[in-house]
Amino acid sequence: MTHADKHPGRARGLKPSDFIATAVLLGITIAIPFIAYEQSRGALPDGNLAGTFSFYTAFLVTVGVFALLTLALNIQWGYAGVINFGVLAFFMLGAYVTAVITKGDPQGDFTDYIGGWGDDLNLIPALATNQWLPFVVATAAAAIAAGLLAFLVAFPTLRLREDYLAIATIGIAEVMRRVVIEERWMVNGSRGLTGVPQPLGNIVDQSDYKYLNVVIIGIVVILIFFALERAVRSPWGRVLLGLRDDEEATAASGKNVFAFKTQSFVLGAAIMGVGGSMYAYAFSALSPDAFTHLFATFIFWAMLMVGGSGNNKGAIAGAYVVWGLWTLSLQMQGYELGDLVQSRMPYLRGLLLGVAIVGVLLIRPLGLLPQERRVSAWVERRVKKERSAPAPPAEP
Amino acid sequence: MSSDQRLPILTVENVSKAFGGLQAVDRADLEVAEGSITGLIGPNGAGKTTLFNLVSGFIKPDSGRITFQGERIDGLPPHQVFRRGLVRTFQIPRELGGMTVVENLMLVPGEQAGESLWNAWFMPWRVSDQEDANFTKAEDVLRFLNLHHLRDEYALNLSGGQKKLLELGRTLMCDPKMIMLVEPAAGVNRTLMRDIVNDIKRLRVERGITFFVIEHDMDIVALLCDRLIVMAEGTKLAEGSPDEVRADERVLDAYLGGRGR
Ligand SMILES: Nc1ncnc2c1ncn2[C@@H]1O[C@H](COP(=O)(O)OP(=O)(O)O)[C@@H](O)[C@H]1O
Ligand SMILES: [Mg+2]
Repeated sequence: MTHADKHPGRARGLKPSDFIATAVLLGITIAIPFIAYEQSRGALPDGNLAGTFSFYTAFLVTVGVFALLTLALNIQWGYAGVINFGVLAFFMLGAYVTAVITKGDPQGDFTDYIGGWGDDLNLIPALATNQWLPFVVATAAAAIAAGLLAFLVAFPTLRLREDYLAIATIGIAEVMRRVVIEERWMVNGSRGLTGVPQPLGNIVDQSDYKYLNVVIIGIVVILIFFALERAVRSPWGRVLLGLRDDEEATAASGKNVFAFKTQSFVLGAAIMGVGGSMYAYAFSALSPDAFTHLFATFIFWAMLMVGGSGNNKGAIAGAYVVWGLWTLSLQMQGYELGDLVQSRMPYLRGLLLGVAIVGVLLIRPLGLLPQERRVSAWVERRVKKERSAPAPPAEP
Repeated sequence: MSSDQRLPILTVENVSKAFGGLQAVDRADLEVAEGSITGLIGPNGAGKTTLFNLVSGFIKPDSGRITFQGERIDGLPPHQVFRRGLVRTFQIPRELGGMTVVENLMLVPGEQAGESLWNAWFMPWRVSDQEDANFTKAEDVLRFLNLHHLRDEYALNLSGGQKKLLELGRTLMCDPKMIMLVEPAAGVNRTLMRDIVNDIKRLRVERGITFFVIEHDMDIVALLCDRLIVMAEGTKLAEGSPDEVRADERVLDAYLGGRGR
C-alpha cells in the first residue's frame, strides 16, 4: 500500500519556468525605477531621485487601481469561469458614481451633470469633503451601483449559455460609453468631469497627493485581497472552481449553478466599482476617452492571464508586470527614431506589449503565479499538519 | 407492474422527449423498485442516456410524469433533484480537473456552511468543523475506492478508470437514496470492477441505496443487477431478471435489428 509520502503534491520541485517567472518580476521591478529615473530628467540634464520616486509612486498608484480590477475579474473568470468582456461598464460606472457624489454643483456654462451632492454633503460636518467619510460613502455607492448593474445583466443572461453573457457584457460596455458621451446632461458628455475631490486631499499639497494616495490605494488593495482570499479559499470558492471546470458536474453535485455564478459576477462587478472609485480619486478627472475597450477591459484580461488566473496574488502581480511593460515601452518615445517609427509609436508599443505577453504565456501557460493546488484553506492546513506530523501510521 | 413486492422508488410514466424530429424517448413507462439494483440496457440510440438526463433534471420532458419517492421531480433543476437524494454519474467522467481529488469529493456534501459568503467571511468556526468532517469522509471514500494515494493529485491527471471511480466516489459523499450510474465498468480494470460490484451490493444492503445502472458489459450486468429493463426506440421493450431478459427473443431482435447498430 502506498503512504502519505507518495502524495504527488509533495514532490513539487522548482521548474525552470519558476526561475523565469521570478526573473520577469525582478527584472521589471528593477527596470521601472530606471525608467523613472530617465523620465525624471525634465529640465535637468540628469535624472534625479525625487523625480524617480515621484514617477514610481505614480506608477504604483495606477498599478493599485488596475490590481483591483484584475482581482475583480479573477473572481468572475479566474474562479467561476464567468466571462466578462465589459469590465469597462462597471469600472466606468464606479468612477462616475464616485465623481457625482463627491463633486459640488456644476460650475460654468460648459459643465452639466446630475448629482453634485458634494456641496449638500458639506452641510453635515461628518460628510464634509475635508473628512474621510464621504469618500467611503461614495466608494460604497460605486460598489453597489456596479453590483446592481451586474445583477441586472446577470439575471436574464446567466441562465443561458455562456456566450450570451459574453455578448451581453460587450453590449453593456458599449452602451455605457455611448450614454456617457451622448447624454451630456448626465455626466458632462465627452468633456468629462474634472476636479473630483480627493480623500484627505486637504492635508497634503496637490503635487504630493500621490504619496498619500498610494498608501490609501495600497490599503484598499490589501483589504480586498484578504477579503477575496478568505471568500475563495473556502467551500464557496470550491463551488466556483467547480463551475469553472464543469458546470454540469457541479450541478450534478447539487449546487445551484445560477446562484453561485450570479454571486461571483456581482461580487466581481462591485469590486470593479471600487476600482473605478479609486481611479476617480487618483486622477481627479474623468473622460470617456480614457475608458476604451482596450484600456478598460482587455488590459485586465491580459493582466489576469499573465499573472495567473485563479490566483489573487497572481492578479496583483499581473497588473504590476503588464503595466510595467507598458510603462517601459513608454521609454521608446524618448529616443531619436526615424519618423517612420516615431509616427507609429502607439501601435509599436501595443505590438511589443502583445509580444511580451505571448512570450510570458508560452513559457508559463498558467501565468506567473498559477492557481494554488488546494482551494480550501482548511484542507491546506490539514494536509500541512499531517505532513509535519511524525511518521504516518502504517496502513493495515 | 413490478413483479417484486418492493415498492417503486422511481416511476417514469408516459414520458416523451424529442430532439427536433427525432423521438429520443417515446412514451416510456418504467419503474425502479426500492432497494434494487436495476440495470438499463438496450442498443445504441435506444434513449437510455436521454432517460437518465430526464430523470436527473438535465433536460425537461415534453410530456409525462417522473416521480421519486412519491413526489414529482420532472422539471426540477439538477441541483434540486440531487437534494432529494437522487444522484448520478456521467458517461464520460466529469471530473473537476483543476481541483485535487479530495476536494472533488468535498465539493459534494450539501448545505455546507462555508458555501455562503457570509459564513466564509464572518463565521469561519462554522466552516471549520464541517471541513474537517468532510475531509475525513472524503478520505474514507477514497480508501474505499483504492484512490487514497491520489488524494492530493489534480483530478485531471487521473487515468480514465480512476476518473470513473472518482465519479462513483462523488455519489458516496452525500447520503443518496438512489444512485444512477452510467457505464461504471467502462475503462475500469476487471479485478477492480469485481470489487466495485461487491461494494455496490454492500452499499445496497448496508445503506439501503437503490441503484439504476446503464451498462453495456453483460458480464457485469449479470453479476450486478437483480432486475433489467430493456429499452429500444425510446421506450421499454422488456423487463425481468437477467436470465429472463437473456432468453427473450424480442431483446435479441432489438440488439441485432435495432436502429443504430
Ligand atoms: N442533445 C441531443 N440532440 C439531438 N439528438 C439527441 C440528443 N441526445 C440524444 N439524441 C438522440 O436521441 C437518440 C437517443 O440517444 P441516447 O439517449 O443517447 O441513446 P442511448 O444512450 O441509449 O445510446 C439518439 O438517436 C440520439 O442521436
Ligand atoms: Mg448513451
